[in-house]
Amino acid sequence: MKQRKLLQGRRKFLKTAAGAAALTTGALHAPYILAQASKIKVGLMLPYTGTYAQLGIAITDAFKLHVNENGGMLGGRGIEFAQVDDESEPAKATDNANRLIEREKVDVLVGTVHSGVAMAMAKVSREAGVLTICPNAGADALTAAACAPTFFRTSFSNWQPAYPMGKVLADRGVKNVVTLTWKYAAGEESINGFKEGFAQAGGKVTKELTLPFPQVEFQALLTEIASLKPDAVFVFFAGGGAVKFVKDYAAAGLRKTIPLYGSGFLTDGTLQAQGEAAQGLETTLHYGDSLILPKNLAFREMYNKATGREADVYAVQGYDAAQLLRIGLEAVRGDIKAKKHMIPAMERAEIDSPRGKFTLSKAHNPVQDIYLRKAVGLENKVQGVAHKALADPARGCKMT
Amino acid sequence: MMGRQAARRALLAVLVIALALFPLVGAKFYLTYATKIMIMAIFAMSLDLLVGVTGLVSLGHALYFGAAGYALAMMDGPSLWWSLPASMALAALAALAIGALVLRASGIYFIMVTLAFAQMAYFFVRDSSYFGGSDGKYLNARPDASLFGWRALDLDSHLHRYYLALALALAVYVLLRRVLGSAFGRVLVGIRDNEARMRSLGFATFRYKLAAFVLAGALAGLAGYLTALQDGIMNPEQLGWNRSGEALVMVILGGMGTLAGPALGAGALMALELVFSTWTKHWQLLLGVFVIGVVLFMPRGLLARRKESGHG
Amino acid sequence: MDFATFLIQLLNGVQYGLLLFLIASGLTLIFGIMGVINLAHGSFYMIGAYLAFWLTGALGNFWLALLAGVALSVLLGVALEWLLVRHLYRRDHLYQVLLTYGLILVFEELRSILFGDDVHGVTVPSPFNFSLRLTDTLSYSVYRLAMSAICLALAAAMYWTIARTRLGMMIRAGSVNREMVQALGINVGLLYRLVFALGVALAAFAGMLAAPAASVFPGMGNQVLIVSFVVVVIGGLGSVRGALVAALLIGLADVFGQLAFPQLSGMTVYLVMAVVLLWRPRGLFGSA
Repeated sequence: MKQRKLLQGRRKFLKTAAGAAALTTGALHAPYILAQASKIKVGLMLPYTGTYAQLGIAITDAFKLHVNENGGMLGGRGIEFAQVDDESEPAKATDNANRLIEREKVDVLVGTVHSGVAMAMAKVSREAGVLTICPNAGADALTAAACAPTFFRTSFSNWQPAYPMGKVLADRGVKNVVTLTWKYAAGEESINGFKEGFAQAGGKVTKELTLPFPQVEFQALLTEIASLKPDAVFVFFAGGGAVKFVKDYAAAGLRKTIPLYGSGFLTDGTLQAQGEAAQGLETTLHYGDSLILPKNLAFREMYNKATGREADVYAVQGYDAAQLLRIGLEAVRGDIKAKKHMIPAMERAEIDSPRGKFTLSKAHNPVQDIYLRKAVGLENKVQGVAHKALADPARGCKMT
Repeated sequence: MMGRQAARRALLAVLVIALALFPLVGAKFYLTYATKIMIMAIFAMSLDLLVGVTGLVSLGHALYFGAAGYALAMMDGPSLWWSLPASMALAALAALAIGALVLRASGIYFIMVTLAFAQMAYFFVRDSSYFGGSDGKYLNARPDASLFGWRALDLDSHLHRYYLALALALAVYVLLRRVLGSAFGRVLVGIRDNEARMRSLGFATFRYKLAAFVLAGALAGLAGYLTALQDGIMNPEQLGWNRSGEALVMVILGGMGTLAGPALGAGALMALELVFSTWTKHWQLLLGVFVIGVVLFMPRGLLARRKESGHG
Repeated sequence: MDFATFLIQLLNGVQYGLLLFLIASGLTLIFGIMGVINLAHGSFYMIGAYLAFWLTGALGNFWLALLAGVALSVLLGVALEWLLVRHLYRRDHLYQVLLTYGLILVFEELRSILFGDDVHGVTVPSPFNFSLRLTDTLSYSVYRLAMSAICLALAAAMYWTIARTRLGMMIRAGSVNREMVQALGINVGLLYRLVFALGVALAAFAGMLAAPAASVFPGMGNQVLIVSFVVVVIGGLGSVRGALVAALLIGLADVFGQLAFPQLSGMTVYLVMAVVLLWRPRGLFGSA
């Protein structure tokens, strides 16, 4: 089924790669010099309005921060930007990706937050053979069934942050868990990750509750949870829904009787709005604000100085997208057309991220530590590593 | 009367020639965007048959658009020559089944009951992994346009897709013009202006309305099929109420019942979006002000219908 | 499901239904009485929520903020009616659709410019900031119960105003025959302005009241827009009683749909609407 599509993408890629290889072998030095004369154009396709606007802005600021850190250059070449607001609107995603690729003629595409938009964007960039780095969207398929040589991700797969929580809960003697999420891809993939981890550690998910996205009337499901009386509850929510859910869970008195756990997005960027209700909540994610690493401390200070805001996980992912691009460009001395050499260099990269060093899997997704965090005040304090160097299973990815 | 028609034909000819020559000067991005506009023009014209001509305001037209689009996405690189009619037939069939139910309601209730069916389809597709769920469904390969061994069109080429959309948009316009000029079309207009009178004149108005509903559904399906073909991916948002609402805005904005108006509305709305969004990230503010301005200062839309057949 | 749980779920359904009624009540008024299809209803709800967030911070008290917010939204309603809506009464309904669609875009962007795109919370106000214990595991937020009580009071007040007062009589007459009412010496223009402002204020009031229980975030208006229309249409245009019954029906259908058919729960609301409208093409309490 997928074979033909993949072949098409690869054929295009091979064509460009072969062309680049011919150039580099034919006149080894000339193209590098030529290339350095012009700037590399980075297309940022991110949400700048709507629900995810803050995420898009954090990613953009952090990406630019790393470029500025290097004197406005990556791999010895100047960087210029073209930005498109994708509005997190899947129906417009191909038009927006085309805008950057065809109109702005960007050399590399960076995006996006919303998974549905990212899937459509990846389709366009693959057909055009444009190098793409995803700084957030977690759709498992992006680095699994729909993986592509030109597509990299510096964030996570939905499966990834949820999977380790299964073992954490099993180790605490939790036997049966009820899960709850919106009925949409990100939620279901996250729950599947947790379920897999929990089952492997000997636990059992007794009931999977869902409600339609983006509905926020949780009362019926909270009542259901109260009557099922599981040992614990695991949820995936984000943004406005996460705020309301955490508040409702506390108001229903369930915090005292049935412990609540979640994928880290439950409490990321929402603690202020959640207030008292979120205090003490434990979640798993590939980052925590208070991570005591020299790189993290330096990054947070630099980001705060540049933007006046506190860095968050999205900023880290954006920063690392720029780092990955830098590593690739350095390997080919700024000749972005030399994808044949650039892509393997990116694949081998070890990225010194504020979240801790990570490498990339064969499917181009981070192999990274997942932390257990606890909400204290306005911070998600890191309690420890829940899973060391976790790789996404990348089911169905056939890169070559 | 003849003068009017001649003028219209001349204008249409100029437009078609201009669009046919556009690829000589237009960059790939603009060709792709123009392709999208022409597809949306087909969608808007199909809705105009219901809204402007027959007086049936549907807020669920994206259902038929999405049905045909998903039909293509679920096939694995089929032949264009049978998958296009098959997808349109599926959309028509859906319109027949739903139309038979909803055409009993009228006015605002009709708006809402069409919305209800479209939303049910939306949730059905979005919440089932079989259709790719909320992340959407990739087309494994674009349809094959070979005809008896001769490769008539290469649908992986944006240029070929451009001309395909242009040809089909023109065909839909001509078809709907013919329909409007036919006895059938005059009955539809009669239903819009006064259904009770048409019924007392002996017309089985329900059948006429149903026929219009099915035809509009099939043509919306054509637009949906072309969208899937163009994007290479279908997302549930393509059959959400925003898509239906957008088409309705195109129709009202352009001028209901004029066919050319809604097509123009599609072009205006999408072109303005492109221009405004390069100016500011708050482009929707400008678009909103524009829409309000049209309502207040161009009371019949961008392309007004002749007064005697106006309603409201 | 044991009996106690069933009763609590019933309460959940009724409570959600009453909230839906509150959200839809402004729409019933504008839509049912003036015949204006107001797509911007969700925006007014959103404006209310942001007003609650902003004014609670500025004034330091939620209840004061509620009063000030209602006053501000009445002014907004009067201004919008005078500037825009009054030009549309004699025109096709579809131009109202187009105009209010334009308003959605404008308000959403103004919200983004003025307040940014963050998620905000509003603290639950005293004296309702505690929970009542229902079972060994479950408590019920008293603020939710207070909201339900306010919704019921509002439903009663609306019903009484429309059925029993002179203003209500004028409104009813005006909705049936504008010219006749005008001939009787009643200033219909003023009457309509008042009704529109009241509708806007009701939507904003719903947003303000819901803000502490929910949260305040971009796009929140669009989420409630369609369900408001569903409630009003199922109930029958212009019928306050119908809207109340419909809201309760939708609330219960949503709660029990989620429990019984989790796979299809997104469709429940629309399924109910389709069935009702196919059975009674003018809604439950709509007049012919």
